[in-house]
This record gives sequence, structure tokens and C-alpha cells, in this order.
Amino acid sequence: MPTVIKDGAILPRDRWTVLREATGPEVLQAVPGRSFIVPLEFWLNFRAQLEEYPGDKGVWLDSHQTPEPIMAELAEFAVIALNFPVFADGRSYSNARELRERYRFEGEIRAIGDVMRDQLYYMSRCGFNSFALRHDQDPETCLQAFSDFSTGYQSSVDEPLPLFRRRGGVGRK
Amino acid sequence: MYVYDEYDHGMLAERVAQFRDQTARYLAGKLSDAEFLPLRLQNGLYIQRLAPMLRVAIPYGLLSSRQIRKLAFIARHFDKGYGHLTTRQNIQFNWPELAETPDILAHLAEVEMHAIQTSGNCIRNVTTDHYAGVAADEVEDSRPWCELIRQWSTFHPEFAYLPRKFKIAVCGTPADQAATQVHDIGVYLIRAESGEIGFRILAGGGLGRTPVIGQVVFDYVEKPHLLTALEAIMRVYNREGRRDNKYKSRIKILVRETGVGKFREKVHAEWERIRGSALTLTDAEIERFKSFFVDPDYVRRFNGSDALAEKLREDPEFARWHRRNVRRHKQPGYGIVTISLKQTGVAPGDVTDGQLEFIADLADKYSFGEARVSHKQNIILADVEQRRLYDLWRDLSTQSLQTPALGLLTDIICCPGGDFCALANAKSIPVAEEIQRFFDDAVELEEIGDLQVNISGCMNACGHHHVGNIGILGVDKKGEEFYQISIGGSSAREASLGKILGPSFARDEVPGVMRTLVDVYQAERRQDESFLDTYRRIGHEPFKQAVYADSH
Repeated sequence: MPTVIKDGAILPRDRWTVLREATGPEVLQAVPGRSFIVPLEFWLNFRAQLEEYPGDKGVWLDSHQTPEPIMAELAEFAVIALNFPVFADGRSYSNARELRERYRFEGEIRAIGDVMRDQLYYMSRCGFNSFALRHDQDPETCLQAFSDFSTGYQSSVDEPLPLFRRRGGVGRK
Repeated sequence: MYVYDEYDHGMLAERVAQFRDQTARYLAGKLSDAEFLPLRLQNGLYIQRLAPMLRVAIPYGLLSSRQIRKLAFIARHFDKGYGHLTTRQNIQFNWPELAETPDILAHLAEVEMHAIQTSGNCIRNVTTDHYAGVAADEVEDSRPWCELIRQWSTFHPEFAYLPRKFKIAVCGTPADQAATQVHDIGVYLIRAESGEIGFRILAGGGLGRTPVIGQVVFDYVEKPHLLTALEAIMRVYNREGRRDNKYKSRIKILVRETGVGKFREKVHAEWERIRGSALTLTDAEIERFKSFFVDPDYVRRFNGSDALAEKLREDPEFARWHRRNVRRHKQPGYGIVTISLKQTGVAPGDVTDGQLEFIADLADKYSFGEARVSHKQNIILADVEQRRLYDLWRDLSTQSLQTPALGLLTDIICCPGGDFCALANAKSIPVAEEIQRFFDDAVELEEIGDLQVNISGCMNACGHHHVGNIGILGVDKKGEEFYQISIGGSSAREASLGKILGPSFARDEVPGVMRTLVDVYQAERRQDESFLDTYRRIGHEPFKQAVYADSH
């Protein structure tokens, strides 16, 4: 199980199980009482069975997918995980921003996959608030990543006002 | 020029600390090569053929004399005493030690400079016309907009892992010396019929393996909406640009495969969603950015031209330099001076620590303490009083920097090529030198007139050979270096891509081919036609026939 950082703290125990493959609904019965994060295809194919399932539900999107197919039912998910197949694949940053800024999703957005210390700061700026760290990452070191920078120029999820609207009187000539 | 405030300084210091930590972790074996790669690239550090190479950003080409002296210091203390001006308004140091790069970045930060996002798959250093703010025919000064784009793109959290590198140019001049149309995004300042000034935005231009001229994605964007329009393009590209093949991952391929109509629709749909958001520029902020780029205290004096005219009559060498290297300034009584870095025997764009310090002194003495670098690999003193041009020319002559080459055949744009670059198929610097040695008669060169020659050592096209009036591309034929020649390219407002002449040539044949091309032009030209004008009138065939009749 990967170590998870959520809202700036290392979780002692993570209740979510990520189903990496979109198999069949029988998997829900195999491990009862758990909270599952299922692939998008699983949700689209077995939504009825999943809605009957008593545990908490989440869904994960791969980097080539977008939130559009689930935009109407986002409230059903306690967590939406966005996958990084490799850290250099930057598509999930756009998905995170879109979930927060366009669809106003207020639940947990979790980074899964190739999640490392040096990408955490930008992820947090784009609206991720939880991070399932790659197995070799030192969680304590990763915690420092969130303070790599004290501010940023852009409008983003963590600071909707771009710096040019915050400078106020400062720096004016 | 722009002056950093506490926010800019703070973020830059944090960046240096971050990279120092990353470098230490890499050297300690805690980061793999693959993981360190994008981190070092986004701090300008390549691993080259002989040593690491550090590419330092010169945002939109503007430098203060203090910054130039710092570059000289870095060249002297961390390199072998020189730097190399690139075709995208950056300066490269070819010999730094990896472990010392955080120290170099700390030195740069002292003078408000950095190497942020000068490589890697992110938004690169924004470039512009090197006559911005002083050109007589400018629509509007592009530099405040460049600085806004620089800040918006610096550490952009969403666009740090794009499918591929991404280059933006902004241009406010009709002539367009920024090669705007061959950038991933090209932004033109234009005047609408109403008289109001806004932007026309192109996307999908680029050189490299697949040269393409950008297409219009926004016909007209009002000023407050510039950044949301750019962000809409970036988001569509980040999402949909190909990531399966690095040779097909630039935005030009996305635009082509999507079709420009459909691409526009997607961008505009995204724009509708974010237009009017907090990213919309306020008038106060636009004015604040403009306030950094106000005119210096020009001397309003109109009695200097007689003395200049006299010197021009007296000294033909000065007159030649004046005709070629001094261009019209918006302010009467001033000129825009280009210091050519195309001395024969020196790699185009190379500049020594001593020359940098000398140029810094000249900037202080003659041009309000500022200079610019151009993508054509020269240095510009943008605000020189006409009555002082002769003194400046004499000063330049003491360091052999008075080469009257601007725009001539010998003003070659050239990548580092096989002498330095790990990607190159062939050398490029020696080819430039051979051409310069072959055409060494200043009178003849001026008679030939404007002729842009570009040399790239491989199809990645850092020397922009596709848009040279004559473009030379190094190719590898069974382990031997050959050169493919194309003609008719231009990166100016009427941009065009060069057309390949035919089979490639051995290196020693290249100057002779150039001779033949010039002969055809000189035989065919009418009145004041440039090489490009004549080519566009008479077409490809006469040049091709002459070249292959001669050499085969």
C-alpha cells in the first residue's frame, strides 16, 4: 500500500483501495466493507451494482481521459483519483484544475501512479489535495515539497488570484 | 526595463534553493537520471557532447549593463571565457560543472536573471523583435506584454509537463524580426479598424523536422484577455497533443491532425469557459507593466546631423558600417546600432567575457545602460544619439567589433552544430567560417545586399535553416557530413519556408554553390530587389539549374 499524504499530513492508514483493472462487479463482493476507487470504465459499465454497494466510492481517471463522462454525477464520489502513468505525462494537471474550477468538485482529488516529491508542489497548485506516493519516496521529505515556493504568479486552484491582482501597492513605481 | 519586486526575488531564491536540493539528491544517487532530467532541463541544464551546457534566459532579449557584466563574470569563472548567443535570445555556457550550476544560478539571481524553463517540455523563454520599443514603425511596444507572458508562464503549475517544448514570440513591428510565424504561438500586436490595439494570435508554427507556418487561432483578442486566450490554447495542447512519439508531439502536429478549424473551435470553447476569470488583465496592471518600459530621457536635439553627415562623407568605412548596422529610430536624432558578432573565424554568436564587459561599458556610455540580444545572434545598442555614432564606431573598432555585416550574406545565423551539440549530424560553425572567408570583400557583400543565411547541424533546426533566404542543413550520409541547401525561406512578416535545391553537397562545395546562387541573383535582379525578391519573382528553377549545371 502506498503512503498517502492528504491535506499536508501523512495518513496513518488509508481506507481506499484502488482497483487498477476494470474487471467485473464481483470484485466488490470479494473484499466487503472496503472503500474502492474504481476505473472510469468500471463506473460506466457497472454503475448500478456500484450504487448498491454499501462502501464509499471513488473513481479514477487515466491521463488520457477527462471528467466529462461523469460531470453530472461528481457528487457521488468522495474521491476522484487522477493517474500519472509516468511523471512526465502532464495531462492530469489539467484534469485536476478542471475538476475544481469548472465542475466545482470539492471532494478529495488524489494523485496516483508515478507520484514523486518533485512534482507535488505543482500538483497541489492544480487542486490535488492527496498524494499516493510512489513506493520509493520518503514521506517526510515529500512533505517539504509543499513549501518549495511561498507563492506563484498564476491564477490556480490554491490561489485563484494571479500575482498581478495581489501585488496591490507593493512594487508599484 | 522590468525591475523585480520582493515576490519575483523571493520566487527566484526559492527556485535556486530547490534546484540546489535536487542537484544534491541527484549527486547522492537519490534521483535517477530519468527523474533528474526534466528538473535540470527546466533549469536550463543539458548534458552535451563534451560537458554540461547551461542555457540562461535573456527574457525578450533585454539586458542591463549590470547583467551583461554578470554574464561576463560567469563566462570567466565557470566557463572557458565565453558564452554563445542562441537563436532564441538566450545565452549558453558550454563548459560549466554540474555541481557548480546552483552557484551560477545564485549569481544570476543577484541580477534578476535565471535559466528557468530554457529547456524541457514546458513554456520557454518568450522572445520578441529586438527593435521593440524603438522601431519607428511599431504598432506598440511588445516588451510589457512579453514580461506579462514571462510571469504567467514561469512556474506555471499546469503546463510544466507538456507533450513537448513550447515557444512563444510576441511582435509589435510590421517587419517582424522575431520569426513570429514559426513559433508554437505567435502573438502580433495589431490595430483594429476601430483604432484600438489588441492581438492576433497564431498557433502551430515551428521548424524542426516538420517546418510549418502558424495559423490564426484568434483573429483579434482585446488586451485584457491575452492570458486567458493563451491559457486556452495551452490547455487544449496539454490535453490533446500527442505523447506517443516525440517527433509528432509539437502543437503544429496537433493543429494539422485536428484541422485548424476544429482546433480553433476547441480553443474557443475552452476560452469561453475561462474568459473573464481572475486571469483577465486589469487596466491598472497593464499600466503597471508598461511603466517599466517607458522611454529613456532622450535628448531632444536636432543639431547633430551635420557633424554626422560630415563624418559619413569623410570616412567610407564608417559610412559603410552606418549604412548596414545603424537603423532608423523612432526618436529623431537617435539610431539603433547593431554590434555584429559575425567576425570571420569566430563562431556566430560567440562572445568573450572581455567583449561582454566592453559592450557593457558601451551600453553605459552610449545607450542608457541597456543592450539587447537578437535571435540573429548579434547585440544591439538601441538608443544611441546620432552625433555620437562616430565615437561609438571608433570604440568598437578598438575591439574589432565594427564588422559592417548586418543583414548581409556573412551575417549567418548558425547553431553550435557538431562541434558541441550531441544531436548534430554535422558541423555548422566551420561551414559558416568557410562562407565568410569565401565572401570577404566588404564592397561586394554590400553590393549583394540583404541575404539571410541560416545553418543548422541537424534537422532539429536550431539554426532555422528553413527560413533562411539560403538555408544550409547538415546531414549524415554513411558517416560523412553533407549539406543540403534550400532557398527562398524567410521568417519575416511574409514568412515562407525554403525549398530544397536538390542533392546535398560536400562541405568544400558549399561556398561554390553559394557563389552560383549569388551570381544568378545578381544577373537577374531588377533595381533594388533583394535576393528574396528576385527568388520570389523568377522562382526556383533558374537557381537549381545553375547550381547543378555547375557542379555535375
